[in-house]
Amino acid sequence: MALLEVDDLSVTFARRGQRTVHAVDGVSFSVDTGEVVGLVGESGCGKSVTSLAIMGLLPKQPGLRVGGKAVFDGNDLLQLDDRSRRDIRGRDVAMIFQDPLSSLNPVIPIGLQVTEVLARHRGMKGEAAAKEAADLLDRVGIPDPRRRLKEYPHQLSGGMRQRALIAMAVACQPRLLIADEPTTALDVTIQAQILELLKDLVRDSGTALVMITHDLGVVAGMCDTINVLYAGRVVETATRRPLFRQPRHPYTEGLLGSVPRLDAGRGERLNPIPGSVRDLLPWPDGCAFAPRCARRVDACVGEPPELVLTHDARSYRCVNPVPVPGLTPEADARATAPTTTEPGAVPAQAEPADPPAVPGSGPAPREEETP
Amino acid sequence: MTITGGKKREKIDRLAELSAREDEQGVSLWKEAFRRLRRNPAAIVGVVILAIFVLVAVIGPFLVPYSPTDSIGIREGLVKSGQGIIPGASADHWLGFDHQGRDEFSRLVVGARQTLLVGVVSTLIGLAVGALIGGVAGAAAGLGGRWGRWIDTTLMRFIDMLLAMPSLLLAVSIAALLGASLTTVMIAVGVVSVPIFARLLRGSMIAQANSDYVLAATSLGVKKSKIALTHVVPNSIAPVIVQATLTLATAIIEAAALSFLGLGNPDSAIPEWGVMLADAQPYLGIRPGLAIYPALGIIITALGFTLLGEAMREALDPKLRK
Amino acid sequence: MSDNDILVEVRDLKVHFPIRRGVLFDRTVGHVKAVDGVDLSIPRGKTYGLVGESGCGKSTLGRALLQLTPPTSGEVKFDGVELTTLPAGKLRATRRRMQMIFQDPMSSLDPRQNVESILTEGLQAHGIGANRDDRRRIIGETLDAVGLPKWALSRYPHEFSGGQRQRIGIARALVLGPELIVADEPVSALDVSIQAQVVNLLDELQDSLGLTYLVIAHDLAVVRHISDVVGVMYLGALVEEAPSDRLYTEPLHPYTRALMSAVPVPDPDVEDRRERILLAGDLPSPANPPSGCRFHTRCPWAQPTRCADERPELRQIGASRVACHWAEQIAAGELRPHEVTAKVTRPEDEGEEPGVVSAPSEPGSYV
Repeated sequence: MALLEVDDLSVTFARRGQRTVHAVDGVSFSVDTGEVVGLVGESGCGKSVTSLAIMGLLPKQPGLRVGGKAVFDGNDLLQLDDRSRRDIRGRDVAMIFQDPLSSLNPVIPIGLQVTEVLARHRGMKGEAAAKEAADLLDRVGIPDPRRRLKEYPHQLSGGMRQRALIAMAVACQPRLLIADEPTTALDVTIQAQILELLKDLVRDSGTALVMITHDLGVVAGMCDTINVLYAGRVVETATRRPLFRQPRHPYTEGLLGSVPRLDAGRGERLNPIPGSVRDLLPWPDGCAFAPRCARRVDACVGEPPELVLTHDARSYRCVNPVPVPGLTPEADARATAPTTTEPGAVPAQAEPADPPAVPGSGPAPREEETP
Repeated sequence: MTITGGKKREKIDRLAELSAREDEQGVSLWKEAFRRLRRNPAAIVGVVILAIFVLVAVIGPFLVPYSPTDSIGIREGLVKSGQGIIPGASADHWLGFDHQGRDEFSRLVVGARQTLLVGVVSTLIGLAVGALIGGVAGAAAGLGGRWGRWIDTTLMRFIDMLLAMPSLLLAVSIAALLGASLTTVMIAVGVVSVPIFARLLRGSMIAQANSDYVLAATSLGVKKSKIALTHVVPNSIAPVIVQATLTLATAIIEAAALSFLGLGNPDSAIPEWGVMLADAQPYLGIRPGLAIYPALGIIITALGFTLLGEAMREALDPKLRK
Repeated sequence: MSDNDILVEVRDLKVHFPIRRGVLFDRTVGHVKAVDGVDLSIPRGKTYGLVGESGCGKSTLGRALLQLTPPTSGEVKFDGVELTTLPAGKLRATRRRMQMIFQDPMSSLDPRQNVESILTEGLQAHGIGANRDDRRRIIGETLDAVGLPKWALSRYPHEFSGGQRQRIGIARALVLGPELIVADEPVSALDVSIQAQVVNLLDELQDSLGLTYLVIAHDLAVVRHISDVVGVMYLGALVEEAPSDRLYTEPLHPYTRALMSAVPVPDPDVEDRRERILLAGDLPSPANPPSGCRFHTRCPWAQPTRCADERPELRQIGASRVACHWAEQIAAGELRPHEVTAKVTRPEDEGEEPGVVSAPSEPGSYV
């Protein structure tokens, strides 16, 4: 059985007089023990909200509704009361955030913040806790850990702060680590250090890792299974190599085509996805990516596409997926001549080389009027 | 991107029309702030309070049933404050008399005008002087150079000195220096708010001067003076306006306090809420209403300004913009 | 290459920011050497890419080149004219020919100006366009060029998405018809799919208008994609400069090698095959840079001689210029990398502005 099984998770924010925002809309994925799972997507795709919902860290506010299940080790995390959730948090499931400075308390020395975790979940005190804390800092590669324990977050560099945060996260040998853009705020050489550190930790301790990032490169080097998110939905799930070699969902393909590669030549044109999430018009129910999609067909409008499962542990939500070379000719035929839709029915503004469409009309996550 | 054919563009334009909200012209920041202000219940309450207050202050004195300076109660023998007889509310005199037999309701209404005058004039004094000092310091700091830094440092040390003095003490000293009068109160209260406006405008101007769009304008080749006028100042005044609204509330309270201490208009014939409060002190045991009415007036008015000011701060805050 | 082909020539450019401290009166207690002696030249119609990590001085270099931050010393020649000594009025007139694109499209657009006013400002400053209609025509053409619709004119920056805002920023630079555009992290604030649109747009504009770019970015892949020549900066100085293909296939400086190996590539095969050169520790403080070669404290190839006490000059090796004493030996495999122990670096406040650089909390606490 999987360590974490997220099933049909949905998060909606409803505010009086405003449209309901579906930040997460039926997200399902699972994480096995010792597995590294990636959640990839651009800003506003719901990847961070997903992790916060699982951890029960979404700010409590009226109108917030979390639905679905997130079963960790037999317990549904979404149903737990605050107390038992706090017990699990930090001990069994730990989280690393993007901005290490704001995640650390600026007026408390690093050492105290680490020993606090040890005291809370492992009941360690005094010299034993201090020694363990120093060992932890040493393990995450902070030089001269004994002295660092007495220092405050602002005295450490960005990379060292992130290491300190990782030390706190792994203090109780959690079985699941959720890292939300852990290296986005860091420079490349420091990013490489932190990624290497995370890889080592996962390999040595058997901790499962959920890696949330916008960077496909980071995912390519780390993750066993990758979930691509768009507008609050998982649009494609696959293991690492198949995903990068043969993306089936047009969004995944578009993302891969958008990234300039270090090993490509100068002047090769990129193939961007036209438009942007925010520019789009309110889209009738159906595939949220359809307005920007070059492979759009009639069937994209109406019902959201069903999850299609294929043989190699891959699934995608698309009615007209990118064909795999050497597959049935019909699929290819359909791909080369996508059926155009009625001009009135579907705003076909998002074709390549189009100027970006209307601003500010329909924010990324699917929205609907509250009655 | 010139490949886009005419037909396609037509389609896009049509879609744009479809999606355009009521504002064809685009929404400026001020417009949007105003729109959010309108949706904020606190702002509505504040505006309603202030509208009533201003209405009373402006046209009230023409409509009051009695003269606020006429000791009508003593003449009619109803009020003998020496013996502790001050009648309360009645059908003719809605809020009763004050200790000199004057109609309390009329005094309260006419006092609103004085209170509004003191609040607005003293805030304007503070705003004008503070904005001048802050603007010069901010411009000097923005221009930089040896001279700019020197001017900025000198002005700001002066402001720091003002700020270091307790505001009431400062106001009392000024009032003592100039002699007790309404003008004194306005000047004293105004001076107290000078450092707030100066620091606020300077800080916000320096922040704007370091912003990317000022750099962008510089790189476009726009003159420094024009950048200051078209970018730095307009973007710096929003917090100052908010502060001015909030300062109106404190100015009214401070002016009342100074009047209460006897530094205001010595001629208690002209009603002013602070003076009325002071006058009511000896009779607190007999007729507490004499103190409660002006106090309530001060509190509600100050609340109105504070509500509106806070709502404006929220509406203008760029961080809260969607 | 004849002299005429060089549009921008920078010689020994230095930008030092004073660190000021004091209770009543500020006094200068030191300098942050944001840019410390950079030579480079950009041929007309080409793209020069500048990469480096935050705090290496690349943004300051870009601004100093445009005279937006006054250089401490050195020369900047633009089309043969020395900019550092140009009187203010002439410099302002010259600005028409060299423009800038900023990283954060939101903060670089005045929130109180609508798009038309943003685009007109530069035209008015330089007296371009005879009247309002004429200016509108120029603006309309520019909007077309960057792929923004006409109705954008009356709208305000906050009504656009990130990608569109960046297009407005590009239009503002383009409307003056410049020859040089300095783009400071033009895509790093944008989403991946939008990044590609903007990169393509920059490419297209260069082709159609013959623009010269100086692209400053931390993203090596983006820089390599749009640059003809790439310069790598470390602590205020160029450590290597090479044609972009060559820089990738044959990085000569140890820092370039480390940087290249650190960039994640969205390809599992490449990721699995590659050997990362992990640098130990963090970037040293530019207020107190290491002696000799500035990279020697983190360099896996650092040698006991020369590296710590002799600052390497940029030397021509093949088509590259490299500032490393041992570049040839490292390239030939004669020197092997060794373990480097990380040293603690105190963080500077972010940004390179003089006012915000804080002095170390305890003097001499830099290790």
